[in-house]
This record gives sequence, C-alpha cells and structure tokens, in this order.
Amino acid sequence: MNISVPSRFLPTRSTRAMKFNRGETRLAWAMVSPWLAGFFIFTAFPMVASLVLSFTEWDILTPPKFVGLENYHRMFFVDKYAMHSLKITVVFSVVSIPLNIVFGLAIAMLLNTNIRGLSTFRTIYYLPAILSGVAVALMWRWIFSSDFGLINAALNVVGIQGPAWLADRAWVIPSFVVMRLWSVGGGMVIYLAGLQSIPTDLYEAAEIDGANWWRRIRHITLPMLSPTIFFQLIVGVIFSMQIFTEAFIMTNGGPANASLFFILYLYRKAFQDFQMGYASALAWLLFVVILLFTVALFRTAKFWVYYEGEANE
Amino acid sequence: MRTGLFIGLNMRNAVGKAVVYGLLGGGSIVILMPFAWMISTSLKDLSHVFRWPPEFIPDPIVLENYPKALTKLPFDLYLGNTLLIVGATLIGELGVSAVVAYAFSRLRWRGRDALFIVVLATMMLPRQVTLIPDFLIFRYFGMYDTYWPLVIPSWFGNPFYIFLIRQYFMTISRELDEAALLDGCSKFGVFWRITLPLSTPVLAAVAIFSFQYHWNDFFRPLIFLSDTDKATLALGLRYFQGTYGTEWNSLMAASLVVMLPLIIVFFFAQRIFIQGVVFTGYK
Repeated sequence: MNISVPSRFLPTRSTRAMKFNRGETRLAWAMVSPWLAGFFIFTAFPMVASLVLSFTEWDILTPPKFVGLENYHRMFFVDKYAMHSLKITVVFSVVSIPLNIVFGLAIAMLLNTNIRGLSTFRTIYYLPAILSGVAVALMWRWIFSSDFGLINAALNVVGIQGPAWLADRAWVIPSFVVMRLWSVGGGMVIYLAGLQSIPTDLYEAAEIDGANWWRRIRHITLPMLSPTIFFQLIVGVIFSMQIFTEAFIMTNGGPANASLFFILYLYRKAFQDFQMGYASALAWLLFVVILLFTVALFRTAKFWVYYEGEANE
Repeated sequence: MRTGLFIGLNMRNAVGKAVVYGLLGGGSIVILMPFAWMISTSLKDLSHVFRWPPEFIPDPIVLENYPKALTKLPFDLYLGNTLLIVGATLIGELGVSAVVAYAFSRLRWRGRDALFIVVLATMMLPRQVTLIPDFLIFRYFGMYDTYWPLVIPSWFGNPFYIFLIRQYFMTISRELDEAALLDGCSKFGVFWRITLPLSTPVLAAVAIFSFQYHWNDFFRPLIFLSDTDKATLALGLRYFQGTYGTEWNSLMAASLVVMLPLIIVFFFAQRIFIQGVVFTGYK
C-alpha cells in the first residue's frame, strides 16, 4: 500500500490532482473481486452454458448430444404445454401487475390524507408483503378450499354459492391474482413515500386554479409518481413471470394444467424428466420474453414517465 | 384546515373522512382475515375443521395441535438447518456486498461506472436462465444434497444489496474520510472504521432482507436437497403437506409457527424494513 504511509505528508491537493491513484485502484479491484468472480462463475458462464445446452439433448447420465434447433422447434410447434404455460404466465402477469399497482396507489392515496393511525394501517397493509413461500401458499390453499374455505364461507353468508376456485379451470388463475393482491402493501409503502415527497405547493396552486380532485391526481400526483410506478412495473414483470412456489404447493399445475406456470413446467422438464437441454431452451425463452417486455416498457417510458428536472417539450 | 390536499379528495367534510376510514378499515380486515382464519383452523379439532358452514371461534379449543404438528414436522431439526443456512448466507451477503459497494461508491478507479452497469443488469436478470448450469456445476463438484449450493453463491455478494448499500454510501459526506486519511488511516481503514459504522440503517435493512429471503426460500432447497433430514423449514412444510395433507389444523399450526419469526422480526424492525424498501423502490 503506497498511499497510506506518505499521504499524511503530502498536501491533499496533489493527491487529488492524480486522476486515478494506483493504490486506490488496486484496493478497489480487490474489493470488487468477490462480486466479479461470482459474476463469471454464477452469471456469465452459466448463461453461455445454458445457451449452449439449449442446442443439445442431455439427460445428465449419458453425454450431451447436439441437436441444433430441435429444442426450439419442439417448444414452438410440437410441445403444446410450452406455449400453453407461457401463455397463462403472461396472462396472469398482465392482469396481476396492473391490479397491484392500482390498488397499491389507491391505498397509498387514502393513507396520505392526514389520517390518524397512519403507522398502524401501514403496518397492517405491509405485513403480507414480508411473508411468502410455502407457509403462505398452504394458507391460501386452505382459504380457497371449495367446501370448507374462508372465501366460500364468506360468500355463503351473503347467499352466493362460490366456485371451486383452485379446483376450477376457469377460476384457478383468478385465484392466484387474488392471492398476489393480498401482498399489495409491498408497493404501497413505496408509493406512500413518493406521495409524501410531492411538494404541497403544487396542489395549492392547482386548487387556486380550480382543479378538481381528479384533475389534481391526473396532472400532479400521477406524473410525479410515474418514475416510481415505472420501476414497480419493471420489477413486477420479472417477479410475476417467475411465479413458482405458490403454484407448486397450491395446485401443482392443476386442474388439467390450467395453472401450469412456466417455471413449474421448466422445473418438471429439468428436475423430474432430466431433459436439461430442453429445459435450458425453455429458460432462454422465458429470459427473452421478460427482456422483450422490459424493452417494450422502456420504449413507452418517454410518453408517460416524467422525470423532474428534465425539460418536457 | 387544508387536509386532503395530497390526494385532492375533499376532506373538509366529515363524510369524506368517514369514507376514508371506512375503506382503510375494511381493507385492513380483508388483509388480516387470512391470519385469523389460519389461527382459528389451527385451534380446531379435526372433525370441526370439516364443518359447513365453518365456525370462526373453535369449540373446543385444541392447543395440542401445536406440539403435535411441531413434533411431526420435526420442527427442531428443520429450524436448526434453516438457521444454519440463513446465518451463513446472511453473513456472506451482508459482508461481501458492503465491501463491493464501497469500491463502487467511495473509491475512484477506471472502469468503475461501466462495471456498475453490469451489477445493475444482473439485478434484472431472471435467475432461471442460469439455474440449470448452476445446478450442474454444484452437482459436478459433488455438492448435491449439501448446503454448499445454498450458501456459496451468497459469499460472492448480491447485486441487489450491493446496489442498496452503494446508494447509501454515496450519501455519506467525504469530509470525515479525508480527515481520517490525513491522520494516516488507510482507505480500507476508512471503510472499516468510518463508513461502516455510519451505515448501520442500510446494513440492518440488508440483513433483514437477506434473512427474510432465505427463510422463505423454497426453490433452491427443493432443487439441491434430497435427504429429508437436511430439509429447511420451507421444505419440511412441503413434506408435511405430502404426508398429512388433509389435516388442515396441523398444517395451519405448522405454517403459522414457520411464519412467526418473520412476523416478530417485522414488528420489532418495522421502521428499518419499510425504510429499506422505500429506499430501493423509490430512489
């Protein structure tokens, strides 16, 4: 280390004048090296490897066999489950993400009205967002039980005979949407923080100009929150498209494959049928679909995402 | 009073206020109902579980469901396994991410910003693309059915936490650093003695996120572990479901106990939790 010893004798100016200090550079590379190594071992190499594997047929036990584009041909034209599982995963995401954003925003706006008990409400709404995984999935499975479940019991009170939810092909995806809506508080706390940072003079000015509540939401609240909403959309796509545990525990893809989400299908191909080549091709398909969604969202950003300090012409 | 300014709802009248409290209160009941239902079921006798219409207040109250479920799970064994994994991953993720974040925020070196974009890109990457080779690598090194595949990756840092900690480090004033450097402290000394102690809020948030994530994690243990004695609580619950799938009272008791540590951590560290989330999602 050549910086530590003489630095106290050197005037700070001259140390600064050097653009990159060698000792500092060396220390920096040493400090990022764990991440860099991890990037190569657990991200870069596996990505390339799975792309290569996607052109092979491999059951782990016998050596992989190069099959060209056959896996891709299979998933687009032969295997009806691949496209089916992709479709229901996309449908689920397209319904679930906007609903979570709308409800999250609505609750945040209600909480941001100078009410009493704000922190209690916030705690209650946020609580489900910290829980996930098997315990939650088991809980929902029981809540959705058609004969003894909470939801149908509640519907029964108002004289409605509820559907079979998880056991009904038409209702199983809506059930998953409802379940995800329960953890709406995760996004809500972020919107709430965003709302609290909007300067009040904007609203005061709008009120003086006679803007009604809807116009104030439309022209102040939503533009000011748009970067946050945008971020939540991107994260939502990545998160929703990878739904697995809930499906595995609650329905295991049923009934009649109506909830065979993409990762569940990929899991079966890879770890039950040991078709590593085909599963790798499926993984790449999902990756490309998520990427396309993300790129498409970024393309739309310039029409509706408002960044403060950026002139909007 | 100019309340309601923020959302624009006219809150000057009592009706508006009542509507807001009504909606929030109703929503809170909807959010809490699943927990109440779970607790209710976990305290019922099995014959009362399957009754239509269901009774909300169990009669008789069967507390024995809890010790029974926990013995069958077996809870002690899986709790020990889970804590081992959660502890080892937490130390790795927190420590390594903080070190990496320091280089990305407080040191000046060529290539820093370009490399940081790579960190951001990996944050966005769906883990499933790397899953199969990841599995095959660990299997190749004979680590299938051990905890190594669950722990080792966390010791290379986590891009999400690197980002979070870096953002926080950026907000700390450099004046203290320079004073310490003048006093002969090394750059690493600055990190260790000044930056880290000033960053406890973000480090606490990362620790909690890491704990929460690995406590809940099901996918990796499912793929990498096969011996039932090595299972985590999440995996154990799955086995429990497989064996006692229709004993909903025991299943709910076991599930509640598995959720409980997270709920407790949340209540004590709520502020850190929410600030951390806001910090990632908003800034």
